[in-house]
Amino acid sequence: MKPDRTVGIIGYGGYVPRYRIDSAEIDRVWKGSGQPRGRTVMAVPGPDEDTATMAIAAARNAMAMAGIDPSLLRAVWFGTESKPYAVKPTSTIVADAIGALPEASAADWEFACKPGTEAMQAAAAMVGSGMARYAMCGGADTAQSRPGDALEYNTGAGGAAFVLGPADESLAALEASTSYVTNTPDFFRREGRSYPSHGHRFTGEPAYFRHIRASVTRLLDELGLAPSDFKAAVFHQPNPQFPVRVARELGFSREQAEPYVVSARMGNAYSASALLGFACALDDAAPGDRILLASYGSGAGSDAFSFTVTERIAERRPRGVPIERYLSQSRPVDYALYARYRGKLRVM
Amino acid sequence: MDIARSWRQQDSNLRLVGSRCRVCEALVFPQRLRCPSCGGADLADHAFQGGGTTVSVATVREAPRGFAGQVPYAAALVRLDEGPVVAAMLADVEPEEACPGMRVSMITRRIRQDGDDGPIVYGYKFAPEGSP
Repeated sequence: MKPDRTVGIIGYGGYVPRYRIDSAEIDRVWKGSGQPRGRTVMAVPGPDEDTATMAIAAARNAMAMAGIDPSLLRAVWFGTESKPYAVKPTSTIVADAIGALPEASAADWEFACKPGTEAMQAAAAMVGSGMARYAMCGGADTAQSRPGDALEYNTGAGGAAFVLGPADESLAALEASTSYVTNTPDFFRREGRSYPSHGHRFTGEPAYFRHIRASVTRLLDELGLAPSDFKAAVFHQPNPQFPVRVARELGFSREQAEPYVVSARMGNAYSASALLGFACALDDAAPGDRILLASYGSGAGSDAFSFTVTERIAERRPRGVPIERYLSQSRPVDYALYARYRGKLRVM
Repeated sequence: MDIARSWRQQDSNLRLVGSRCRVCEALVFPQRLRCPSCGGADLADHAFQGGGTTVSVATVREAPRGFAGQVPYAAALVRLDEGPVVAAMLADVEPEEACPGMRVSMITRRIRQDGDDGPIVYGYKFAPEGSP
C-alpha cells in the first residue's frame, strides 16, 4: 500500500518510565511459575503515570523534533490497550497537552499490541490524500499481566509518537506498507477484566510468527527488496527472543535486528513495543539507510513498513531525546513497590 | 470533585497557560481576569515555557484526599524562568533528594482522582532538568 502523495516522518519521540523490576524478582515471588527464558528488566510506571502521561511525554518529544506549529496537526491518534478511561478518549488529553486542539481528529485505536501502526497507516493515508499536512500517531501502554503469569516476566511500559507529513519535509520517507490480518484468538482481555488471557504456546507459531512472516514477505515482494537491502529490521517484542527468531526466519541477520530489541531492557510495552524499537533504529540511522518496521497485534495481525532515512535526520534528531537516555535509567523496585505502583494490591 | 472547575483549569494544568497584562506587561500564573500589578482588565493568555528553579521544598507524608496513593512525595514552590512562583508537586525525584535551587522543568502527570468512578485530573508537576 502506498499513498498517492509521498509521506514521511517529520519527528519522532519516545518515553519510558524510570522504575525497573527484574524478572529475577518476579521469579523470587512466584517461584518460577512463569518459566522465564533469560533475564529481563522491565519498566514500571510510577504511581502518577499512565498511558496518557506517557503518550504526552512522547508526543512532546516528537513535536520538539518536528518543530511544527501543533495547530497544524489534523489528527492525534494513539493506540493502547490500557486506557485510563474505559469511555473517554486518551487522545483528546494528549492533543490538548501539546496544543493541537480543537481542529484535529483525536481517537484511541485498539488492536492489542499493534494499534499504533494501524494509526500510522491511517495517518499516512490522511497526509498522502491531502486531507492533512501533518498527523500524529503513536502507541502507549502500561502493559497488564496477571500476577505470577508468564506475561509478568516480560510486561513493561512506555510510549512512542510520530509526526507524519510530506516526504519532502521528512527525516524518513515511507516506501510502502502492508497488513496481514486474520481472526486468531491467541491473546485477549474480556470486558471488565483487569488482566489478559493468552493461549500460551499458541501465541507463537500460528500467531506472532505466521502474521509477521506474511506481512514482511508481502512488503518485500511489493517493493522488490531483499533483507540485505535494509540497515535495520525492527519487530514487535513480546520477549527478547521472538524478534530475533522471526528476523532469522525471514533472512535478516542478528546484526540487523538485535540492537533494536529494547524489550530486554524495558519489557514489552505492548502498543509502544515495536515503535520504541523503531525509534531506536532512527536514533542510530544515517541518511540513505532503509529500515523495516513490523508490528504484531494479537487477534491477530501484523503491519509492515519500509522507510528510507533522509539527510534531514542530521539537523532534526538533535532536537529530540534519544531513546537510550530512557533505557539507561534504572531505579530498581522490589515486587512490593511494583505491586503498589501497578495497582496489583487491592484492599477490600 | 468539581468537574467544571478542573475543566476550566485545563489550559493551566496541561500547558502552563497563565496571563500577560497588555497594559503593564506583567506575567501571572494561573490565568487571571485582572492584573495583580496594575489592576488592568486587558489580559491575554500566555503559555509559560516550563523551566524554573525550586525556591523551597517539603515532603508530604499525610496527603489530602485524592493524593494518598502518591505519598511520600515532594511539594515545592517553583519560580518559573519568566518570574511567577508556582506551587507544585515534584516528580522523578525522591523527596530526600529534592532541595531548593534545583533546576526543574514542567511535565504532565496524574495529579489526583476522585475514587474509581470519578474523573482523573492531569496536570503539571516539575521534574529535575535533564532527567530524560
